[in-house]
Amino acid sequence: MADKEPIDGNEAVARSAYALSEVAAIYPITPASNMGEWFDDWASKGHKNIWGTVPIVSELQSEAGAAGAAHGAVSVGALGATFTASQGLLLKVPVMYKVAGELTPMVLHVAARSVATHALSIFGDHSDVMCTRGTGFALLSSGSVQEAHDLAAIAHLATFETRIPFLHFFDGFRTSHEVHKIELLSQDDFKALVDDEAIRQHRARGLNPEHPTLKGSAQNPDVFFQAREACNPWYDACAAKTQAVMDKFAKRVGRAYHLFDYYGHKDADRVVILMGSGIGAVEEAVDALNAKGEKVGVLKVRLYRPFDARAFLKALPVSAKNIAVLDRCKEPGANSEPLFSDVATVLQEAFSSGELKAMPRLLCGRYGLSSKEFAPSMAAAVFAELQKPEPKTRFTIGINDDVTKLSLSYDPAFSTEDAKTTRAVFFGLGADGTVGANKNSIKIIADETDMHAQGYFVYDSKKSGSMTISHLRFGSKPIRSTYLVREAQFVACHSEPLMSRVDVLGLAAPGATFLLNTTTPDKAFDSLPLEAQQAILSKKLKFYAIDAYSVAKDAGLGPRINTVMQVCFFEITKLLPGYMDLIKKTIQKTYGSKSQEIVSKNFKAVENTLKNLREVKVPAKPTATRTRVVELPKEAPEFIHKVTKAIMIGRGDDLPVSSMPADGAFPTATTQWEKRAIALDVPAWDSSTCIQCAKCSFVCPHASIRPKAYPADALKSAPTTFKSVDYRAKDFGPNTKFTIQVAAEDCTGCGLCVEACPAKNKQDAKRKAINMTPFTGELQAAEKENFAFFMSLPEADRTKFDPFTVKGSQLCRPLFEFSGACGGCGETPYIKLATQLFGERMIVANATGCSSIYGGNLPTTPYSQNKDGRGPAWSNSLFEDNAEFGLGFRLALDAQRARALELLRKMKGALGSLADDLANADQKDDAGILAQRRRVDELKKKLAPASDADSKNLLSLADSLLRKSVWIIGGDGWAYDIGYGGLDHVVRSGMNVKLLVLDTEVYSNTGGQQSKATPRGAVARFAAAGKRLPRKDFAMLAASYGNVYVARVAFGSSDAQTVKAFKEAEAYEGPALIIAYSHCIAHGINLSKGLEQQKLAVESGYWPLFRYNPSRIAEGKNPMELDSKAPKIPLQDYIYRETRYRMLTASKPEVAKQLLAEAQKEVEEKWRLLEHLSKLDYSSAKPQTPAEPPQTATAA
Amino acid sequence: MPIDLSAKYLGLKLKSPIVPAACPLGADLDALKKMEEAGAGAVVLPSLFEEQMLSEEQTLVHYLTHSKEQTSEALSYLPEPDEFHIGAPDYADHVRKAKKALSVPVIASLNAATPGGWVRYAREIEQAGADALELNLYHLVSDPTVPGSQVEASDIRIVREACARVKIPVAVKVSPFYSAIANVAAQFVEAGARGLVLFNRFHQPDINLDKIEARPAVNLSTSADLSLPLRWTAILHGRVKASLAVSSGVHTHEDALKAVLVGADAVCVCSELLTSGIGAVSRILKGMRSWMERNEYSSIEQMKGSLSHRNCPDPEAFERAHYVKALSGYHLPAKAR
Repeated sequence: MADKEPIDGNEAVARSAYALSEVAAIYPITPASNMGEWFDDWASKGHKNIWGTVPIVSELQSEAGAAGAAHGAVSVGALGATFTASQGLLLKVPVMYKVAGELTPMVLHVAARSVATHALSIFGDHSDVMCTRGTGFALLSSGSVQEAHDLAAIAHLATFETRIPFLHFFDGFRTSHEVHKIELLSQDDFKALVDDEAIRQHRARGLNPEHPTLKGSAQNPDVFFQAREACNPWYDACAAKTQAVMDKFAKRVGRAYHLFDYYGHKDADRVVILMGSGIGAVEEAVDALNAKGEKVGVLKVRLYRPFDARAFLKALPVSAKNIAVLDRCKEPGANSEPLFSDVATVLQEAFSSGELKAMPRLLCGRYGLSSKEFAPSMAAAVFAELQKPEPKTRFTIGINDDVTKLSLSYDPAFSTEDAKTTRAVFFGLGADGTVGANKNSIKIIADETDMHAQGYFVYDSKKSGSMTISHLRFGSKPIRSTYLVREAQFVACHSEPLMSRVDVLGLAAPGATFLLNTTTPDKAFDSLPLEAQQAILSKKLKFYAIDAYSVAKDAGLGPRINTVMQVCFFEITKLLPGYMDLIKKTIQKTYGSKSQEIVSKNFKAVENTLKNLREVKVPAKPTATRTRVVELPKEAPEFIHKVTKAIMIGRGDDLPVSSMPADGAFPTATTQWEKRAIALDVPAWDSSTCIQCAKCSFVCPHASIRPKAYPADALKSAPTTFKSVDYRAKDFGPNTKFTIQVAAEDCTGCGLCVEACPAKNKQDAKRKAINMTPFTGELQAAEKENFAFFMSLPEADRTKFDPFTVKGSQLCRPLFEFSGACGGCGETPYIKLATQLFGERMIVANATGCSSIYGGNLPTTPYSQNKDGRGPAWSNSLFEDNAEFGLGFRLALDAQRARALELLRKMKGALGSLADDLANADQKDDAGILAQRRRVDELKKKLAPASDADSKNLLSLADSLLRKSVWIIGGDGWAYDIGYGGLDHVVRSGMNVKLLVLDTEVYSNTGGQQSKATPRGAVARFAAAGKRLPRKDFAMLAASYGNVYVARVAFGSSDAQTVKAFKEAEAYEGPALIIAYSHCIAHGINLSKGLEQQKLAVESGYWPLFRYNPSRIAEGKNPMELDSKAPKIPLQDYIYRETRYRMLTASKPEVAKQLLAEAQKEVEEKWRLLEHLSKLDYSSAKPQTPAEPPQTATAA
Repeated sequence: MPIDLSAKYLGLKLKSPIVPAACPLGADLDALKKMEEAGAGAVVLPSLFEEQMLSEEQTLVHYLTHSKEQTSEALSYLPEPDEFHIGAPDYADHVRKAKKALSVPVIASLNAATPGGWVRYAREIEQAGADALELNLYHLVSDPTVPGSQVEASDIRIVREACARVKIPVAVKVSPFYSAIANVAAQFVEAGARGLVLFNRFHQPDINLDKIEARPAVNLSTSADLSLPLRWTAILHGRVKASLAVSSGVHTHEDALKAVLVGADAVCVCSELLTSGIGAVSRILKGMRSWMERNEYSSIEQMKGSLSHRNCPDPEAFERAHYVKALSGYHLPAKAR
């Protein structure tokens, strides 16, 4: 009997692919990264494929690189695989044409995901796969985790039989991340199925100097066409050969697949055709409708390319008079969506030839873009539409299109859930262990019973204070429900504050059981908002409560409540007799080889849970005095009230098409309206201890602690708890007051401000000027009022102080605030600083990654505006093109300025001296910029009434006369790897752009995969065995160009040097690159200690601080200024405080030792080089201009 | 007259009573060899700290899990090894190498603070070939609600658990801060300890005046620190069925001789090795030999315990009398007056 295991789609695919591959070329992209991670993990542990070798896994610099490497590998006759999604797949397209054009076997597994258009989305649809239709790859679709496992293997087997490369795809997240108990193929199965002769033939065709051939020739009009047609026989045979592989597979393992599979009534009059995970939902609808006497069915497409018309017609019931083809993609401007077009063509041809007696009526539907929920109710609506005399021939389902009226309405109450299947929903906080515990429960049930099990996990897009919802199903019947649980018999809320944020009990079925983790189990009912109490009463819910935090804490597990809540789940649901021992067995298995102490603590938690679990006595009537309703301030813009609010409270699905900006342009400054109040502790200012250095504000990742200096008389209407002291410095004259104010509702409680505070209380050295204090309701109310008052105080006049000091920079209003970044993030303080210094005239090109997610993920975005409505304008193009995208900004600005200057020259007569003043303005400092702004305002006033073309044009170009600061921002994955080619070009262009590399030394956003910035000796995803080579020294590479301003900074080590670098970079009339050390959660550290890590990185010599300013050469000065001292601590004192390094000492101690020695040596050598460079004498050198001065004039 | 410097400690035959105590020097195999060449009777390896083992394991597990399943793009950030090789495997490897390189007994050292799963490491150390195990008990009980009796009970439990896990002799390195040292010592022996090391030396924090903060500091001993272990060795000699080792304050051959005279089976040296090098071992032994020659002692065994309080019926009274005598005989230096 086959092994059964609960695994997710990515692992299911990776298992088959690993068994049948020799080489894998990988690159991270959500939601496909995990397949590459599995390969790397297994290879690092020496797992073998079916031929007894460990596959070679190589991470490339981009998906294009991975495709190229895979192409190379298969060209030499290896068995190659690669994985990707979305933009990554698009980057592979040119190579795919080549691979297929050369009839080379290869498999590309795709966790299908939306292609970024008006916005990026990490979620699933077929828009990426559909872009590959012309490549010549066979396209094979899976609709479930089991299918993904099986068809992955079939793809690998069929590619050798057919010589056609296969793209095997399955829906991103819905299948790639769904955990499902499946039957696993054994090594023997793979061995029995593989055709070694076909593989030998492939190998024999590989490039080999022993029998050389030439591929990739260049052909001319005389032969190209014929040569292109020469592959036809292989394509003609592909479908039949693939079916033969499927048949062989069925014979061996018992699961039968066909090119097209039909499910439903044999005489169906209505049929839906689709592919992917939506099939499960349609099948359930088909069963439900047929049970009511209707005649419907679904045709499942497996092999989409080559499209076998014969097999299709054979599978389609002849009775089908009305057919809806559902596509999970959108091709704007096309007559119809792609699958529909194929179906329509086949049917029309069959009808024309007489093979088909009657032409069915065809509807073309679009569904499920970006993982939009697709439930049986929606499928039922499609079947209903097919019955109408005049249906919508083009429709969408699952949304409300109130603009073009394409959407079908559906009855959300239509349910096909099996009554005997247990459905459970768990609300938790990100990283609180809830999802892990649920995966664990699925495993226990799957391992110990014959039950089928499914888990699907929904995360929100914040990186701090995020919410997770786990949807679990268990039952004796196979589970096809590829949609979220809508009515659960068991609902658990693992974090009580969520009860006030979301409608947790909206998912509870009548009579369901509700479990709440609360710090006050005795008052569990009373503490709930009114809506929850009403739901408990009206649905007659059984209510249990536990203080899981106390149980976990007493057991020594800190805040991790997963074990406690898991015990509660099994105890209440009685799903599994003897669950206690099984949970303990799992704990032992999970932690036994790592820490017996952790095992003991979890055992203790298991044993103590039941003593603390209680059933809550529910009163007859609600007792609550508060509701869950989120009230937004009246002054919030209309868009916030109408659109953003709905997304914030989890009702985004209800928003109609008309509410969405059609071009993807959203308002900025919206995080201020989303008060998340997620901190457990917030900073409190001790004004008597404060030395007014503003370092707390400098390091705050969320701009939630701010200083302000303001006139004393502004305090007249201050709230009673508002704190204020005399301002110590003289910048603003006498009677100036100073406040450090906390935006408590926006704080994540990371504690970096406390770490940064240098002031110590004279009576109690433990206390500083900033101390963390519990975030109570009372404090929340007071600080809300205080922060509002603080914001109403006048901003300091920038002409009266130097903004380019640590303190001065913090007196400038941050125009990047309250992002969803991790609490303690090491990146955001740099962005915030840039906005404080230049935000009012900043235009940002942001590479995809963490900074684009916390920078631009809905519902609210952190780039904000000053009181005049000015602030950073921001856009994200792609991951790979960001430097070029930003360069385009500069080109446009320069072109617009040039046009404006020309118009000024032309209109000089009418404008007088203003034209010269505008053209020749000195905008090197704030005062100069302010003066120019006044001139531009004057110009606009003068031009506004004019009707001539020149005036109108100059008016539209007037803003270009203001100095703009172009910032190109991204992480090391972009800068060192995928975007390096463009970045290299841009820094070499000489153009006036500023590049900020937020260097976390890994691909943080996708889960910590290694980049070329990953240091030697660190463990990372895709480097499970430890990185063997040193990180790329990009700073020195850029400095070697001679015309690039380069700074290496670490604000935790030297905030002053960081400010200096930002100032100089912006002032430099050419390309400037700042490489910024960014501590990161992926390093495996407590982020509140990030500043300390930065200090140690610098003190150890690992991250020497320097500024390389080419403009100093002209002054006869050395451009290289070294800003840190010689290494004074051994490298290990820095690196072994981070789990990414320590992990290697635990897993491979000898390797760790060797790599440490090598890394230490490298640090010393690099330091010697830097020191040498910084001591070179430039005084006698002939003053020189940069090697290649800026090619285009830029703003003065 | 030939002088026999050999000693018996923990049932082991030592070629001399001088034993370099657990210190960083012992982490280096070459240094251990030099100790043996200098005449050390045995070597104690650096301590494997309970915190080192448990905290490392737990920290790694914590950081592997603390950010798991936080966002849909990053279900975790670090690859997870199947198992950890922390502390003990490295330490056991060091024990194996030391055993291979040396002919003198190798004593491993475990530094513990609480009873717990860590005692399994004692077994790993034994399997690696250690001749004995020194159990280094260390507490800093700052909780005013925890009574001394609870601390003692916990320590005794640790000793019992460790002794139950291994067949090799276990010596307990004792804290000088028990209120009834003799009683606790007896209970350790009852719990299975084959030897007592007097005493554990605790490093006290210092204050950094520049940063206005406390910082850990290493306080090396001087010969002045010898008095306490001397007294208690004298008291316990013959009263407990266990080997005794003096530790803390042995810097010269005079210090070592005093220790043997009051009843020490072994004399541990640490600070002197750290300050003046491993050569101190041969210097001390040379001095001991010459003193013994001058005073016509033929062997360590002969003089061991000759100045102990073995025959004193009431050592407590004896000690108080000494205390009075010492104070009354003390004259303030002129400067202080």
